[in-house]
Amino acid sequence: MSNQLLRVTGISKSFPGVQALKDVQFELDRGEVLALVGENGAGKSSLMKILSGIYIKDEGSIFLDGVEVDIDSPKTAQALGISIIHQEMNLMAHLTIAQNIFIGREPREGLFLRERALNRKADELLKRLGINLDPKALVETLTVAKQQMVEIAKALSFDAKVLIMDEPTSALTDVETETLFTLIEGLKRTGTGVIYISHRMDELRRITDRVTVLRDGEYIGTLQKEQLDIPTIIEMMVGRHIEESARPTARDRANNEVVLKVEGLNTRQLLKDISFELKRGEILGFAGMMGAGRTEVARAIIGADLSEGGRVHINGKPVKIKRPSDAVAHGIGYLSEDRKAYGLLLEQDVNTNVLLASLRDYTDALGFVHTMKGKQKSREYVASLRIKTPSISATTKNLSGGNQQKVVIAKWLARDCDILIFDEPTRGIDVGAKEEIYKLLNDLVAAGKSIIMISSELPEVLRLSHRIVVMANGRITGILDNEDANQAKIMDYATRMGDEKDL
Amino acid sequence: MNATPVTDQTRVGGGTPEPRRSATSFLRAQIQQSLAFATLVVLLVFFSFASSNFFTWSNISGILLSTAVIGILALGTTFVIITGGIDLSIGTGMTLAAVMTGIFLVNLELPLMVGVIGGILTGGLMGFINGFNIAILRLPPFIATLAMMLIAQGLALVISGVRPIYFSSVVGFKDIALGFVIPGLPNAVLILFVLAILAYVLLSKTLLGRYTFAIGSNEEATRLSGVDTRKWKIVIYTVAGLFTGVAGVVIGARLDSAQPQLGTGYELQAIAAVIIGGTSLLGGRGSILGTLIGALIMSVLINGLRIMSIQTEWQNVVIGVVILIAVFTDALRQRRAAS
Ligand SMILES: Nc1ncnc2c1ncn2[C@@H]1O[C@H](COP(=O)(O)OP(=O)(O)OP(=O)(O)O)[C@@H](O)[C@H]1O
Ligand SMILES: [Mg+2]
Repeated sequence: MSNQLLRVTGISKSFPGVQALKDVQFELDRGEVLALVGENGAGKSSLMKILSGIYIKDEGSIFLDGVEVDIDSPKTAQALGISIIHQEMNLMAHLTIAQNIFIGREPREGLFLRERALNRKADELLKRLGINLDPKALVETLTVAKQQMVEIAKALSFDAKVLIMDEPTSALTDVETETLFTLIEGLKRTGTGVIYISHRMDELRRITDRVTVLRDGEYIGTLQKEQLDIPTIIEMMVGRHIEESARPTARDRANNEVVLKVEGLNTRQLLKDISFELKRGEILGFAGMMGAGRTEVARAIIGADLSEGGRVHINGKPVKIKRPSDAVAHGIGYLSEDRKAYGLLLEQDVNTNVLLASLRDYTDALGFVHTMKGKQKSREYVASLRIKTPSISATTKNLSGGNQQKVVIAKWLARDCDILIFDEPTRGIDVGAKEEIYKLLNDLVAAGKSIIMISSELPEVLRLSHRIVVMANGRITGILDNEDANQAKIMDYATRMGDEKDL
Repeated sequence: MNATPVTDQTRVGGGTPEPRRSATSFLRAQIQQSLAFATLVVLLVFFSFASSNFFTWSNISGILLSTAVIGILALGTTFVIITGGIDLSIGTGMTLAAVMTGIFLVNLELPLMVGVIGGILTGGLMGFINGFNIAILRLPPFIATLAMMLIAQGLALVISGVRPIYFSSVVGFKDIALGFVIPGLPNAVLILFVLAILAYVLLSKTLLGRYTFAIGSNEEATRLSGVDTRKWKIVIYTVAGLFTGVAGVVIGARLDSAQPQLGTGYELQAIAAVIIGGTSLLGGRGSILGTLIGALIMSVLINGLRIMSIQTEWQNVVIGVVILIAVFTDALRQRRAAS
């Protein structure tokens, strides 16, 4: 018996206005991890959706264990042993973890559900996978990272032959990512083939055996493990060479004027005594583990969550921010980490989303919206951020994940805020586009704006920030100048649990 | 969602289990119901003091009897609302079911059992058509059931010739609602309780219930998990239709006649009962016990106001206000829980 598990040839798929895939091929062996990489909108998710029965291919063939198969629904895919973790979260928030994992496969006795057996099965599964969660907990009470672990557990519960992971780590921190990698090693040993999609280049060398590159819906090539070389992969992905910009230093900043000063901010649940200053023309990075409270700081500042005590000064004047609209009125824009829940109107077109926060600028005294001017502006942003969309009137839902993220960024750029808070701005964004966003952030601060950037990717924090605030357990444990910072130092501060403080 | 701060997260890859959280959400569900329950008790106490005629067995049994029809409608529609849908056709659908029962029993002189089942199946058929229109033709539930509401209303009038059909010739029909299998408890009330237990079991112990919540929570995710959501939506609307059919038979038996003009307004009262009972119009959340309490709150209110000789016109105002308060407190509670 050959070692080949899956072979896909000549796959094409088009949507109205977009040819998402053109004659794409790849192969997957038993016990192998194949990485699928490519820019945002390259067609990775579409290809995987074809394999898992969500989209129907226009052309091409799929061979599983050497036999051609016809995958016409998610159910068929499951029955064939193809299981997928979707790029966008796909859980039922009001159900428990156990109910989510075994949805569609509930243990039953005649008409009745066997809830206890269900919970026991889920508990066994979670234990076996080393995921420490209570199967009876409601999914809505979990954080994004834990929800992602539930999705992973769900996909693994199928004992699949082929397991597809579409950016499984984009919402995970390093520790959880390690748990996932251990799981993947285990799967390899049992002969499962894993297709792994990620924009995190450093992960590729860690766990993959081969890398297949797509660009603009076309197959570009496959690299064997021995040939894996990140710059080569990136060049194959983007079709050009990418320059990295240099790390900034705290001294690079134009001046010392404080635009935002936060003193003694607390929230009832988590934050304790948060104080820091943001200077004009500065990128202030926020690093820390997931759950350290970085997002909570942003939400408290913009008035999305209730804060207790604490003073906020903008340009030296004390301000009261009770709700997000106050924040926007004071020139603070917040780009949320969860674009689906807070950042985008998915059913609306790109134009509407880009202009959403700045509609006032395109409205005259009588309340009429001047659409032409607005559309012009949207087109500019679509071009400058290289948002891949057939037109600005395409429905946002149909854009690839990374391109949706760019739309959120465009929205806040259009608003022209003085202070911008970016929460995980490059989550799910490809390397090329990341560089563009980095460049954009640098241009913004050069133009006198100030940026708070929350990111779980340390290299990114180090690349961009003039200074770095490190948080742990709801407190600020350190504020470092870039020239004094390195990954080890940041991790050290990020794991300080007590009250030790060292500024 | 991710606004929920969790303090133990630095030990990721799972962190510690979160029994505390599932416990609070369980508690929340309990509070939600006990709040509705407390409201009911307060109303009962208030009206007892306000009028000596209120807390008499004959009045209480009258209240229960008037709860029966709204209650049965509300039970079925609870399923629909948990999926995030809505069913506006239950009021006039009930009327059509009653008229059809009249046709079967009075005009065609079919045996009692056959006529009753025919009436119930009329409701089921309307529910099935609703489900088909919503799941297969992908019409929005509001539109599909609004259309069905008008169709049922029209058909009830046409079929009956705009005249009431009297059941006086049908031996035993009246007893379906007004007889006593259990002494002191009118059969209509018994039917309500039995159906409530049935609905409770369906919703919390069977696949149907599980998928009702799943669809209301995230329909797309449910579909991608390999659940045939279209089929289940049809089933759910059909179940709601069957409850409507039963309500049609019960109201026919209670009035001893099928009144083709009746029906509009019932759907809104039933939906109000469901919402007062804590079921979320956004889907994914709800309970049968809540719905039952909600229905009781509605009829206690109406009855109490009537006994206190408050004009009918004002009764509607009061009910409207109660709905506002119920939905507001629910929203308030959810906001609290979220922060
Ligand atoms: N349902 C759809 N309708 C219309 N266009 C679609 C649809 N799904 C995907 N597309 C388009 O197909 C192309 C490929 O998208 P896909 O989601 O596969 O990209 P991707 O490689 O996964 O990108 P990312 O890294 O951003 O997730 C994009 O241009 C996208 O806009
Ligand atoms: Mg994708």
